Amino acid sequence: MPKRSILMFSRNKVWTGYTFSILLLLTAFTLGVTVGSVQVPLTQMLNIFAGAITGNRESLDPMFSSIVLDIRFPRVVLAALVGASLAIAGASFQGLLKNPLADPYTLGVSSGASVGAVATIFLGLTIPGLGSFTLPVISILAALITLVIVLGFARMVEKSMKMETIILTGIIFSSFLGSILSLMIALTGDELRQIINWLLGSVSMRGWEYIRLIAPFFVIGALLLFWNARELNAMAFGEERAQHLGVNVQRRKFVVLASGSLLTGAAVAVSGTIGFVGLVVPHMVRMVTGSDHRHVLPLSILNGASLLILCDLVARTIVAPTELPIGVITALIGAPVFGLILIQRRKERRG
Amino acid sequence: MLKASQISGGYGEKDVVKNVSFELQKQEILGILGPNGSGKTTLMKMISGLLPCRSGDVSYKDQPLSAYSPKQLAREIAVLPQLHSHAFDYTVRETVSMGRYPHQKGMFAPWKSDDEKAVTEAMQQTGVAEFESQSIQDLSGGERQRVFLAQALAQEPKLLLLDEPTNHLDLSYQKQLLDLLKEWTDTHELTVISIFHDLNIASLYCDRLLLLHEGETVQLAEPGHVMNKETVERVYRARVHTQSHPELPKPQVTLLPNHGHQAPCEITKDHFTITPDHVHMQAPQSLKTLSSAVIGAGLGWYHHFVNRHVPMDYECDDSYQDMVQYANRNGFKAADTVGMMTAVKVEDVVIREYEENGLSVVIAITAGVGNAVDVSLSHERDRQATIGTINSWVFINGKLSDEAFIQAMMTATEAKVKALQNADVKDPLTGTLATGTSTDSALVAATQHGPFIQYAGSITPLGKLIGKGVVECTTEAIDIYRERKRT
Repeated sequence: MPKRSILMFSRNKVWTGYTFSILLLLTAFTLGVTVGSVQVPLTQMLNIFAGAITGNRESLDPMFSSIVLDIRFPRVVLAALVGASLAIAGASFQGLLKNPLADPYTLGVSSGASVGAVATIFLGLTIPGLGSFTLPVISILAALITLVIVLGFARMVEKSMKMETIILTGIIFSSFLGSILSLMIALTGDELRQIINWLLGSVSMRGWEYIRLIAPFFVIGALLLFWNARELNAMAFGEERAQHLGVNVQRRKFVVLASGSLLTGAAVAVSGTIGFVGLVVPHMVRMVTGSDHRHVLPLSILNGASLLILCDLVARTIVAPTELPIGVITALIGAPVFGLILIQRRKERRG
Repeated sequence: MLKASQISGGYGEKDVVKNVSFELQKQEILGILGPNGSGKTTLMKMISGLLPCRSGDVSYKDQPLSAYSPKQLAREIAVLPQLHSHAFDYTVRETVSMGRYPHQKGMFAPWKSDDEKAVTEAMQQTGVAEFESQSIQDLSGGERQRVFLAQALAQEPKLLLLDEPTNHLDLSYQKQLLDLLKEWTDTHELTVISIFHDLNIASLYCDRLLLLHEGETVQLAEPGHVMNKETVERVYRARVHTQSHPELPKPQVTLLPNHGHQAPCEITKDHFTITPDHVHMQAPQSLKTLSSAVIGAGLGWYHHFVNRHVPMDYECDDSYQDMVQYANRNGFKAADTVGMMTAVKVEDVVIREYEENGLSVVIAITAGVGNAVDVSLSHERDRQATIGTINSWVFINGKLSDEAFIQAMMTATEAKVKALQNADVKDPLTGTLATGTSTDSALVAATQHGPFIQYAGSITPLGKLIGKGVVECTTEAIDIYRERKRT
């Protein structure tokens, strides 16, 4: 019976996907911690983590210990959280908008969030009662507002909101918001280099404080999206279809858009605009395991984390001792993938 | 069930649907018909709760639609939309499984055996089970349509709404799908509302039809009442002809196109060819024909008319097939041919033209009266019929109504009887005057050009021509037959 075996295969594909993704994440994590200007041997790394857990730090090399625990580990964790947030946000935007090219970056949501973040940082804003959480909260709000405006604008341009229309609208808003960003930074009198850093993103020298800023939003956003995975499957066939299948479209759509903005805003607040992660990762995941969001979402988290850890590793080692902004590396991978998806879609539509 | 009372609504300022009311009967199939832009799809969206009504209301099981949550509604009503493209790949099974969404409860919604059963049954019924693990993007339009039907059926709805379900389907799948729906109205207590483009399919499968025109109800009734010529012509602005379905008491509509009118032609004696084997009349174009021939019988359009000579002792189990082969052998396409048989020598055929007051007919008769029969006494016979035939052909240059065809047939038959009386032909068994022979055949064919002829009874202009012509030709044919017998 060939049917059964194909079915088994597709179930196997999902489990292969999970196994591979977890192994990849472990590998990326290990590389991210051990590789750099100072190479940390694998055994040292394990010892240091073991020591950190048991509280017994006496026997460890203090230099290695400091590099691993104070510099690289938080950096890797931050990269992982940012990558995971952007990837799952991208996957959910794509499902909701039925648009494989949608991601926080191409939709202009990242730019919106950075305007919020930069405004907070350079103007030194603090909302009473929020303290350091002012930064991600304002970023998130800016992300949500941008998203609503972008989608509203796209709908105004063309009611059916074709793939290209949404992306074009995203690009318009990205450029516009990017200019506002440059203008803001120039007006505050800071160096142009910093603008570039904000625009291209970085996870370096942020430490544990930034991890604390993103972690709660990541957990909330991811859980909200997991909760809506089946609804995303239905909405991938169109909102009308989803409603006929019994999905409360208005409510679920808002929850998904808000969660996506939450994840994007928080990620941008701690790392700047890092492009294409949300585009590349879900696309790869779908190629392997199919489009079921119940698997696409968790796998995007795992692989988004791995991808950004590896990109960060490349960014800080490829022209050492200088560090490249991480967005340079993600764009190097992401832009061609973007192009490939576009070609593929065009062909499908013609065929 | 579902009840719509006085609903109006649409997009923007204008109402697309105006004051439409209906109440669904349980387990019926209601067809929604109407020309493009008549508000069919809008009405469907209003019924399914996608588009709010501006006035009036839709209720389901005596409660307004708004009283149901989306999930509750999806357990009762499923919708099969018009086909659209989708951005992502799902397998057929994944797609059909989404139909279980409204039945699943809780955040992580465990997959129960009920769900599995419903999905499997839906896939089997629609014939998509064999490609359950294929991506829907790799399927043809028709296959995809069936996958979405399976998805809707997996919802186990009580009411199914369909928007042109037979789009993208070839003839055999159209039939399969609609037969399946009809069956489910019985076996699963399903009620169906469907938009149709094809009036004839709607007529065949729907219990009632709702005909819309510019958003308003034209008629809501059984197909027989809705699909009459006047209504369809008015609403669709097209010339049509309605006739009954060959097997069911349901009307069928045929388009009458503007093109395709044949050039005028006139049948004359010159179109006849006579050989020892047959008399052959090849018309310059197809003629509308009513006949009792061996092939090409009934009402139809034919090009070739053949009266074939067969021997006195001709016997054949399947004279139809034999005649078809004969036609093909002689280069007349059988599908285009009216073929008769006679044991009479066909060279003896009498062909004459008659013309009066702009009307013209051509009459061709072969007569053999060896087996003459008095029909009033034929019930006393027990002998098998043997061949002995009068074959009467009447060609008319004119446009005949349906009734004129039948009256022409009657007139020709009456004229034949009179000719037999005049010639004093007797039934050899009873010794009384014969009214015909045992295997007579008749044919009336018209060019359908020129003067329109509504009636052809015996005192109408055409009837007079036919009467005179058939009597004269038959009399002469009998004379020739008798002459030949004597020598």
